[in-house]
Parts: sequence; structure tokens; C-alpha cells
Amino acid sequence: MSAPLLSIEDVAVELPTPRGNLRAVDHVDLALEAGRTLGIVGESGCGKTMLSRAILQLLPKKAKLTGRVMFDGQDLVRLDAESLRRLRGRDLAVVFQDPMTSLNPVLTIGTQLMETIQEHLELDAPAARKRSIELLAAVGIPAPEQRLAQYPHQCSGGMRQRIAIAIALSCEPKLLIADEPTTALDVTIQAQILDLLAREQRRRHMAMILITHDLGVVAGRADEVAVMYAGRVVERAPTPALFKRMHMPYTEALLAAIPKLETAPHTPLPAISGRPPDPTRPLQGCSFAPRCRYAAGRCHQAKPELTGAEMPGHLYACFHPIQMAEGLDA
Amino acid sequence: MMQVAARAKSDEPLLKVDNLVVEYGLGNKIVHAVSGVSLDVARGETLGLVGESGCGKSTLGRAVLQLRRATSGRVLFDGEDLTAMQGEPLRKMRRRVQLIFQDPIASLNPRRRIGDIVAEPLIIAGIKDAEKRTQLVHEVLSAVGLDPDLVVGRLPHEFSGGQCQRISIARSLVLNPEFIVCDEPVSALDVSIRAQILNLLEEMKARFGLTLLFIAHDLAVVKAVSDRVAVMYLGRLCEVGPSEQLFAKPAHPYTALLLEAIPVPDPDVRPAGSVATGEPPSPIAPPSGCRFRTRCPRADQRCAAQMPELREVAPGQLAACHHPLT
Ligand SMILES: Nc1ncnc2c1ncn2[C@@H]1O[C@H](COP(=O)(O)OP(=O)(O)OP(=O)(O)O)[C@@H](O)[C@H]1O
Ligand SMILES: Nc1ncnc2c1ncn2[C@@H]1O[C@H](COP(=O)(O)OP(=O)(O)O)[C@@H](O)[C@H]1O
Ligand code: SF4
Ligand code: SF4
Ligand SMILES: [Mg+2]
Ligand SMILES: [Mg+2]
Repeated sequence: MSAPLLSIEDVAVELPTPRGNLRAVDHVDLALEAGRTLGIVGESGCGKTMLSRAILQLLPKKAKLTGRVMFDGQDLVRLDAESLRRLRGRDLAVVFQDPMTSLNPVLTIGTQLMETIQEHLELDAPAARKRSIELLAAVGIPAPEQRLAQYPHQCSGGMRQRIAIAIALSCEPKLLIADEPTTALDVTIQAQILDLLAREQRRRHMAMILITHDLGVVAGRADEVAVMYAGRVVERAPTPALFKRMHMPYTEALLAAIPKLETAPHTPLPAISGRPPDPTRPLQGCSFAPRCRYAAGRCHQAKPELTGAEMPGHLYACFHPIQMAEGLDA
Repeated sequence: MMQVAARAKSDEPLLKVDNLVVEYGLGNKIVHAVSGVSLDVARGETLGLVGESGCGKSTLGRAVLQLRRATSGRVLFDGEDLTAMQGEPLRKMRRRVQLIFQDPIASLNPRRRIGDIVAEPLIIAGIKDAEKRTQLVHEVLSAVGLDPDLVVGRLPHEFSGGQCQRISIARSLVLNPEFIVCDEPVSALDVSIRAQILNLLEEMKARFGLTLLFIAHDLAVVKAVSDRVAVMYLGRLCEVGPSEQLFAKPAHPYTALLLEAIPVPDPDVRPAGSVATGEPPSPIAPPSGCRFRTRCPRADQRCAAQMPELREVAPGQLAACHHPLT
């Protein structure tokens, strides 16, 4: 097995708040090889964005980051600002939920694309222009030449996200982090954007982290899935293994809460009651215990560690895992 | 608990929208947001309304409530034409119909306390007795699962998206309305909170005897709560039918496209590649004939020449297509 392109080792992020320290990411370990897609799933506020910002070294100034982020042989946490800036936008690219986060409203689309390309690759203006047009065409934008002269506000939300993806892909990154790239979009446009990302990812042998709150989004599109809850990874497995047998009650609950087309109208949805715990007031036991229907005994006293199941690569953090094979139940 | 007003039983639909046209001026151009929509909502029914962003769902919902006046067409509520009403009679009528917005946080005034926000419709409706108002606010906040004593004194930013949506649902219920337009009430919420709010809406509907127009862009969400579903594309209805039937046997190619686009939480189901068929054209210059024809795999010359009318394809199911799938 080749060395992973990205390896997140014991990463923790703390943010000081008036209410006390907030642990947004709580000692996470993850690895990703070139050409593979890792899905990160969890509810709002569980730390997905903070984790991706920790990888990119784009955390809020007051944030405290510990651990290592090994990318292509170097630790990004200890890399100087100038090297980081060169890395981001070239080898390390990101697409945010709101495309306007990465687009500049006062510059034309052409200027933004060509600036990125010329900053990171040694191309002259005509070559950069040609490449910009190719990229816009690749992300499914009709009449790309005309688009170059337009401003972001003249495009629909779906178009803007395509353009943000074109900019992210412009320098052939080795890793693309897509943080809820389709949450703000319609289902049809969502499907188009996810297909586009998958196609470009395969074509470029790029590694991708796909962040979402919807297990349905990662099911057909990620090689591996990590489920996050209250800042921690609570289950991690190759996608087929996860959907075949989820061991974490939280993963099961997340899946059950999605409305299904097969279900008859007016069937009450199995919602997860309540909210995740206040991240400035960590619980002593399992963070999911107040909402978990299997919670018992130890769950309220101790934190379950991420441990291996019977299948290689399948990890879970639970004292009473569900759907275990015969004889392995804890 | 609140009194559910004795409601006249009648077979007449509570809401009848008849050939409604709504347009916006944009410079010297016209945005054809809603172009001749007709639909009925029976008493106690939930009608789901789905379609992509910009297709005119919110405009239709707002025109039904007379928050935006229609260019032409009629909106009959309980037999009375709202489009012909003005002044005091319209104000009275508005107590019976309410709106819940998509963005739960933005729809609440950030500087007002929750108690005042929820009481606002009561003040507008002229309920002068402050004690009575407080009592109604407390009842309705408990009904949506919030602890009135803990929330009335706080400001919207102190609440999560899901809690803000509970608060706006409470506000929409406080006047004991008969009909509520829910405009994408769960689109901005994540999966777990979405399920809580959908369940809450169902409970409230049963408890208060409501009739709902439920707008969303996600078909699975719509199906969870709707008796019938109407599919809208670029200002027109494509298809209307009972939920189960419409989802099992869509007749309109656009309904089929929407169904394919739903992400399925099953890794063995490979996402269909066929939905990559572009975005809706501009409502400033909609295509001739069938408005869906620029993205439709079945489009032919007739589709460009002639506008398809809604007609029955199965009992209770209507589709506007020259070449329906069933
Ligand atoms: N700049 C900040 N200062 C303080 N706390 C923050 C900041 N940004 C995020 N947080 C907190 O950190 C935790 C994790 O936030 P994060 O944004 O990573 O979650 P998320 O899973 O991406 O959620 P969402 O889906 O809502 O974006 C949350 O409790 C959040 O309130
Ligand atoms: N105030 C307005 N002025 C001009 N055009 C508008 C206005 N509001 C909405 N529109 C346009 O009308 C169409 C329908 O909008 P809307 O009803 O808000 O769609 P939806 O709710 O389905 O997203 C869109 O093309 C939109 O851009
Ligand atoms: S450890 Fe206990 S509370 Fe936590 S998920 Fe497992 S069963 Fe539920
Ligand atoms: S009328 Fe023609 S273009 Fe329109 S949906 Fe039917 S087949 Fe497609
Ligand atoms: Mg986020
Ligand atoms: Mg809308």
C-alpha cells in the first residue's frame, strides 16, 4: 500500500469563547490516498468545517491547533506562511458551500480564473485564457468565452459553484476539499455538481474530501466515510461496509432521519431528538448518550474509544455497537 | 389549549387558484414568474409544490396570500375571491392564512424578543388584552415544543436554525389560522433537524385542523407530508397527482428527472448520469410551446410549436405533456 497523500494525526482545534474553551475538533485521525474520495458526514456544528480549515491552515486567528497534518510529505501545521500560500490554490484546493466565499464580486470570472492560473503556473496571458475557457467548458458552462467577461452576480447559484470548482481545479490540485458544495443548491443541480466533481476527480487522479450532512450524498460517491459527532470521528469505514453494517447508533439514526421515497406519506420520520451537546460543556460519557436509544451503563460515565470491528478498516466508538456479527457483540 | 374554531364542512376546496399569472418588471423586461397556474387544495389536505429554484414557487405562494398582487387570474379562499379584496375585508381574511419562510433565522427580527415576535400577529389583528396575548403566546410556544418561560425573553440569535423554525411556526399558528403556506420550511436545516420539523408540522396540522401548501425542492421531503403533489417548472404546472401515484408512475418527463436527482443512501445505487441536462432557461424569455423542451429527452417539433395543457393521464393525476411517460 502506498503512503497516504494526506494523513491527519491527532488533530484538535480549540476556540476561546466568552463561555469558555470550545473544542471544535477533538483528536481526529484520518488518512487519504491519492485518487480516493473520503466522505465526512455529520450534523451542523459537529466540526466538519473546522476540520477542513485545520487541514488548510485557514482557522480563525484565535484558534489553537494541535496535532499533525501530513500532506505530500510535509507537516502543514509547521509550514511557513509563504509555502502554505503557494500550496493552497495549487496542490491543495477548496470549494465552499457558498461559492461567493471564494469568488470576488468585483472581478470578472475571466480575471479570477486567469489570475489563479498565472499565479501558480508559468503561463502567459493567452495561454492562461485558453486554459480558462477549457476549464469552464469542462465544468459544464455553456458559451465559456462569453462567460469570461461576466461578473459572479450575473450567474445562477449553480453556475457560480461550477465556476468556483473550475478555479479550484485550475492548477491540477492533488487534493480537493469540497465543504458542503451542494447544500445551498437544488437537487437537480446538486446531482450535476456531484457528478462533475466525481468525473474530474477520476480524470485527474485527485484525492477528494467530500463534506456533507446527508449520508445520501456520500453513498454513491465516496470510497470511505467518516462520521463525525461533537468534534470526533465516531465511525469510519469503506462506504459499502458502512452501509451494509453500521455499528454506531448515531450513523444509523442519521440514515433513518432522511425522508425516503419508498415511505408512504404522513409516516412520522424517525428523528433524532434534541441537539448535539454544547461544545463548551463536554460530557463525561459518550457525547451521543443523551440522544441515543441504546445508551446504558458505561455510556454516561466513559468515552468510548474508536476501535476496530470485525471488518478491516471499519472503526467505531461505541460501547454497545449495533449489527455486530455473531459472537462479537460487546 | 387553543380553540379550534368550528369550521364549516363543505366539499368545496378551501383554496382554488384559477389561471393565475404573476409577473415582475425588471428594467424594461418582464419576468414571467407564474404563467397561468390553476390548482385546488381541499380542506385538511396538504398539497406539496415542488420545482427547481426560480421556477415561481414562492411567487405563487405569496400571490395566494395577496402579499404580491397577481397580474390576472383568481384566488378563491373559502369561496371568496381574494384578488378582488382590499382594505378591511382583506385584513380580516389574512388572519385565516399564514406564511412560514425558508430561512428561519433571517425571517425573525433580530432585535425583538421571541415573546414579542410571536405576539406580533395578535397585535396586528387588534387583540388588545395583553394578558390574553401572553397566554396565547405561551400556549403556542409549548405546542411547538419550546419552554415558553425559557424563550420569551431571548433574542433570535440565541437560537439554532431548528429552534428558529419552531419559533416561526409558533408565530404562524398564534392566530389559529386555517391555511398555511410553508415556503421551503426545512431546506435550510440539516437532516436530523429537518425530520424534527417535518414531524412537528404534521402534528400541528392534525392538532389545529390545518390545510397546507407545502413548498420544497426535494421530492422525498414533499412526499413525507403531502397528500397530493404539484410539480412546477418555469412558471407552469407540469403534473399534479396523489403523492404515492405520482412518485410510483410519473407521467411528466420533468417529474422523472426530479426523481432521478435524489441522492439515494445506498452505495449500490450508482447515481444516474442523465440528470446532467443543464439548468432552466430564463423566465424573461421562456421557450415557446412546452417550457421544459430545452431539457427534455422526448422533445420534438410539436413541443416547440404547441403548449401542452394539463390533462388527466390516470385517475386524479394530470400532466401537461404531449408525450407522457405513462
Ligand atoms: N469562528 C468561530 N469562533 C468560535 N466558534 C466557532 C467558530 N466557527 C465555528 N465555531 C464552532 O465550532 C463548532 C464546529 O463548527 P463547524 O463550523 O466546524 O461545524 P460544521 O459541522 O461545519 O457545521 P455547519 O454544517 O453548521 O457548518 C461549532 O460548535 C461552532 O459553533
Ligand atoms: N422582486 C422580484 N423582481 C424581479 N424578479 C423576481 C422578483 N422576485 C422573484 N423574481 C424572479 O421570479 C422568478 C420566480 O421566483 P421565485 O418565485 O422566488 O422562485 P422560487 O421560490 O421557486 O425559488 C425567478 O426568476 C426570480 O428571479
Ligand atoms: S456508547 Fe452508548 S450512548 Fe454512545 S452511541 Fe454507543 S450505545 Fe449510544
Ligand atoms: S411536451 Fe414535449 S418537451 Fe414538454 S415535457 Fe412533454 S415531451 Fe417533453
Ligand atoms: Mg460547515
Ligand atoms: Mg423560494
